[in-house]
Amino acid sequence: MSIQEISLSGRKKVVSNKEMTFVERMYLIAIFKGLGITIKHFFRKKATIHYPEQVREFSPVYRGQHMLKRDEQGRENCTACGLCALSCPAEAITMVAAERKADEKHLYREEKYASIYEINMLRCIFCGLCEEACPKDAIYLTISKELVPASYNREDFIFGKDKLVMPLEMAVKNTQLKNAN
Amino acid sequence: MDSTFIIEKSVVILVVFGITMLMAMYSTWAERKVAAYLQDRVGPNRAGWGGLFQPLADGLKLFAKEEFSPNTPNQFLFKVGPGIAMATALMTSAVIPWGDRFHLFGRDILLQATDINVGILYIIGIVSIGVYGIMIGGWASNNKFSLIGAVRASSQMVSYEVAMGLSIVALLMMTGTLSLKEITVQQSGMNWNVFYQPISFLIFLICAFAETNRTPFDLAECETELIGGYHTEYSSMRMGFYLFAEYANMFVSSTVLAVLFFGGYNYPGMSWVVENWGVNFANVLGIGALFIKLCGFIFFFMWVRWTIPRFRYDQLMHLGWRILIPLSIINIMITGVVLLRGEIFAYLGL
Repeated sequence: MSIQEISLSGRKKVVSNKEMTFVERMYLIAIFKGLGITIKHFFRKKATIHYPEQVREFSPVYRGQHMLKRDEQGRENCTACGLCALSCPAEAITMVAAERKADEKHLYREEKYASIYEINMLRCIFCGLCEEACPKDAIYLTISKELVPASYNREDFIFGKDKLVMPLEMAVKNTQLKNAN
Repeated sequence: MDSTFIIEKSVVILVVFGITMLMAMYSTWAERKVAAYLQDRVGPNRAGWGGLFQPLADGLKLFAKEEFSPNTPNQFLFKVGPGIAMATALMTSAVIPWGDRFHLFGRDILLQATDINVGILYIIGIVSIGVYGIMIGGWASNNKFSLIGAVRASSQMVSYEVAMGLSIVALLMMTGTLSLKEITVQQSGMNWNVFYQPISFLIFLICAFAETNRTPFDLAECETELIGGYHTEYSSMRMGFYLFAEYANMFVSSTVLAVLFFGGYNYPGMSWVVENWGVNFANVLGIGALFIKLCGFIFFFMWVRWTIPRFRYDQLMHLGWRILIPLSIINIMITGVVLLRGEIFAYLGL
């Protein structure tokens, strides 16, 4: 079998430049065939999703906005190792590390923590590599369906710890749920 | 001439005018809906149920838009162009018989603005004037694209009018009259002309596509080459008039096709309905039948638009001059031979 005859889809047609017959040159049959194809589409199910009323279903592997996790005692997991920033292909993550004070043990799990942790949402491509790189299970891409809100200022898209860190109530609730189970 | 006659005719004319405008308006809606459905979309559906108020919204928008006019020396022609296009589009419906006659208030009311004995010639004449609207508009726009579009439109219309006229000649040889009313009466029952003159119908249909500047003959306004063609420079309701005139033309062409070839307001069993249920009811059904036929044609116009790509310019001229005109002449000769077969047989001594 030569390469010209292989047809993986089974729909391959060899194009020829032969002279058309008289009937073919009238085009009428071809036009009626075309009309038949278009009218079939007329009765087909429509692909439209009526947006405000209907919402497209999210994929099960959907990656939403980031969240910096807290552990069961409400302490931040992040230790500012910088692996997420290193792995980020879009270079969206920056952080400044700081040493934990003695009276901050209830706030941060490790001795080192991120005093500033910023993700530029204009750069982020939601690939999830930061989540994979994190050795402390600190950063996660959530399934939250909230998208980054539109704004006129570029500064508004740089999300700091105020927007990224998991709210304390949520951590408390998670712990309660875990204990209940 | 008594005053009731004038009132009667005025009412008929106003109703026909209103219906033409309404149909043209809703053709824009239907076009968008049909286009969407043929492309697996749903089309306009926000304004009113199923988007039924969309044409009103569009019209309102066009009225509210700024009336821009280019820096052209022909301001008068620029303004008069859309008017001519619109007026000619509306004038054609004057001779179309919408129904037989109502018997109301003790008098017969003809459902036709006027039954002149050269109805078809009148329609062809008015349609020919329609090209002036496009030509003047394109010329006065002072824009290359507009001018090319206008030149294309006029040469296309002139070419296809020849074939259109010749295709009707074969039909007229058979009917023996130019009055649309009489042609309709001759087709009573299922005695439709399309069964006797299928080639004539096909040629007329193709020419109707060309005369209304619809795809596949929309070279005058092909967006990919000429931006908007002759109405590139137009805005506001002036452009609305051009677009509206196109849809009004489509409506009238569909009506002429239905009247000439598909029996007009006739439907099978009309005489039975007249005898048993009365003239007026039979006429209401007849108007319904005519509208079903012409809406079918309008749908066909739209269906073809989303099926066939545009012709190249030389293909267009080839089809018009070298295929349709010879074909219609052959059709005329065959019709003549069939009509005069008695005399021919007698002459040959058979």
